[in-house]
Amino acid sequence: MEKVIETRGLYKTFPRKGGSALTATHYCPGCEHGVLHKLIGEALADMELQDRTVVISPVGCAVFAYYYFDAGNVQVPHGRAAAVGTGISRTKNQAVVVAYQGDGDLASIGLNETLQAANRGEKIAVFFVNNTVYGMTGGQMAPTTLVGEKTETSPDGRDPLQTGYPLHMAELISQLQAPVYVARVSFSNMAKLKQARQAIRKALEIQRDGKGYAFVEVLMACPTNQKMNVEAATRFVSEQMEKEFPLGILRDRSADVRPLVRAESDYRKETLDRLLRLDVDRAPDARLDPAAPTIQLKMAGFGGQGVLSMGVILARAACAAGKFTSWYPSYGPEQRGGTANCGVVVSGRPVGTPMVTEADVLVAMNRPSLEKFAGEVKPGGWLLYAAEIGEFAAPAGVRTLAVPALDLAKEGGNPRAANVAMVGVLAGLDGFGLPDEAYREALAANFAGKAKVVAQNEAVFALAKRWGEARRA
Amino acid sequence: MATQLVKGNTAVVVGALYAGCDSFFGYPITPASEILHEAAKLFPPAGRRMVQAESEEAAINMVYGAAATGRRAMTASSGPGISLKQEGVSYLSGAQLPAVIVDIMRAGPGLGNIGPEQGDYNQVVKGGGHGNYRTIVLAPASVQEMCDFTFKAFELASKWRMVVYVLADGVLGQMIEPLRFPETSVAPETDNRWAVDGTAATRPNVVTSIFLNFDQQEAFNHELQAKYAAVAAAEQASESYRMDDADVALVAYGISARIAQGAVDAARQEGFKVGLFRPQTLFPFPQDALNAFVARGGKQLICVEMSNGQMRDDVKLAIECRCPVHLVCRLGGNLVTRDEILAKIRATARQA
Repeated sequence: MEKVIETRGLYKTFPRKGGSALTATHYCPGCEHGVLHKLIGEALADMELQDRTVVISPVGCAVFAYYYFDAGNVQVPHGRAAAVGTGISRTKNQAVVVAYQGDGDLASIGLNETLQAANRGEKIAVFFVNNTVYGMTGGQMAPTTLVGEKTETSPDGRDPLQTGYPLHMAELISQLQAPVYVARVSFSNMAKLKQARQAIRKALEIQRDGKGYAFVEVLMACPTNQKMNVEAATRFVSEQMEKEFPLGILRDRSADVRPLVRAESDYRKETLDRLLRLDVDRAPDARLDPAAPTIQLKMAGFGGQGVLSMGVILARAACAAGKFTSWYPSYGPEQRGGTANCGVVVSGRPVGTPMVTEADVLVAMNRPSLEKFAGEVKPGGWLLYAAEIGEFAAPAGVRTLAVPALDLAKEGGNPRAANVAMVGVLAGLDGFGLPDEAYREALAANFAGKAKVVAQNEAVFALAKRWGEARRA
Repeated sequence: MATQLVKGNTAVVVGALYAGCDSFFGYPITPASEILHEAAKLFPPAGRRMVQAESEEAAINMVYGAAATGRRAMTASSGPGISLKQEGVSYLSGAQLPAVIVDIMRAGPGLGNIGPEQGDYNQVVKGGGHGNYRTIVLAPASVQEMCDFTFKAFELASKWRMVVYVLADGVLGQMIEPLRFPETSVAPETDNRWAVDGTAATRPNVVTSIFLNFDQQEAFNHELQAKYAAVAAAEQASESYRMDDADVALVAYGISARIAQGAVDAARQEGFKVGLFRPQTLFPFPQDALNAFVARGGKQLICVEMSNGQMRDDVKLAIECRCPVHLVCRLGGNLVTRDEILAKIRATARQA
């Protein structure tokens, strides 16, 4: 059996790996992943964090990090460790989240997730392996590849005119406000290894204490893909990489930062009922009344004329009266400055289609709407339009009425309530089998929390209703 | 029991909260954005988590992380966003993590427009990402079902350790109807057998979808297929309307079914024996109930959908083409009209 140096925090044999060689790692000879694994594992064990730890295995050579770390492990899609880590950390406040990622994973396909999680200050310790080259996929150029460095996809050496310059992740991240700790380290000699060990421990302490985001960039040798022996690869790190990527602690706010504690979920029904205002905003269940007519109403006008809320008030009144009802709006950009319309169906039976194409009632607040939808009113139906639109040739067989909604609203005390005036006129003309009380409840609910507006609107409604009643015949 | 008038998109959040959803991760897109807005408003006061993600990919991967801890998690989007999430859906399925995704479909392909459509059928019902996986797909047709099916989606996701979609359209998302609120709220328990949540109990666990050994990967795939077969046997749901003596059946889901129901009533008044078969699950497709119609002597089917026959393919497969299957469809944000359906019924019923 091969001799294995016992390292704390890592498994002694690797049952998660399967197969026959349960004591051999899958890493190449001379690879430094093992060193980083040992430093992280040892720190987790020393700090007694293994039970709390979730290691995120990336896509790349460290995809099998879960073979080795004696901790919970989540293997994730390429580049998405920071997003997955966000999900874990937000959901489990006490979890120590360790994201272990390479340069292609973190700095290329996952750059957005990386920067955004750092910028949100997620509680994650990120260990970023920068060896200037893709490993698992076979030695392609990475965002961190040095100028002139030869890889499978930069066979003549990286040409900055074609492929830009090495990306300095630690510097990028230290530009952001939220990160607590940002450092760059290497293993190229014993002194630097000791500094690396300190940085790794610091990042994990910050997680232990729940203080936020920590980022440690580790410059590492990849003899296989750098096509060098171990000695040359280590020299490459110390002589070339460290020149391009200076080592050091770029940020340490850990002493000034307080622990960030996320809330615990409250699953109680009382909490939800209260949150959704079921104590104050509740209607009776709809009552089946097949004999009651199904009424289809359409409201249309400019965005801002309150046609959508006019429809909601009607639907609320119907709901309060125990009717089946639906409201369906034109939606999206149309709402923002263009024309808006909605359809409301009131019925004694479950509503079929919520779209109103044959209207019993059309309320048009501007000329384009009037002209567009007048043809949809059924014979014998009502067509109400805002009086200021002016002359309009009424379609045959349709009861047409110019309504001075704006004047009624002003007279009632709320010049912005022309839509409420229209509802009042409708209630006066017909009522649709809805009691006054239902309209009042609807007005109160629609403007809940605005007592003055509610009072004004009630006055507008009452005035307009009388106006409508006078024209019922 | 309490009833409130709410928007379809709001009903989704109501269902999620009462079902014990811990986390919502989302990205803005019309016509699904109100789900994100309502989650922002309602999740934090209940101690639940809501993060506006930097992208759809990030949102689905946050779901992956939250789901890996054994908590209930969800996201919501519309077609273009669902396309972006497919990587994550494949990984969730490969790792057998429970999660809920709500798709408020809009018109495509490409940017399309924000009008309602049902063109995401294939990408949602057939998988959409890489690999041999399936997702359970629930198809609501009312604000009530937007809430109830979201609630049910979490139960099915936990029961089967699968991704469950609630597949709705722009109309259902935007419309307002009375909603009877859930009568219970759920406090879900973490399943320590597979979750990884940073506790001693789950320390040995690994969430992953990788098997280097081909035979292992194959065996795992067979395990998945066996699970999907069990789901297909256990979870089919549909609703039949005036189907008992029907010669011709309309098949429609979502808002199309609401319109089709009106067409059934109108056609019945003209003397045609027509009914409506409404799938409430799209995977599994409710083929047993549909086959009962064919076995009873049902003569023809008319699929009504806001897509180019994507659902019709499943209808044909379900009945193994034992009777003609016609199509009435509108695309691009337009809804099928009752009269278009009626015209097809008149033409078809005469042949029947």
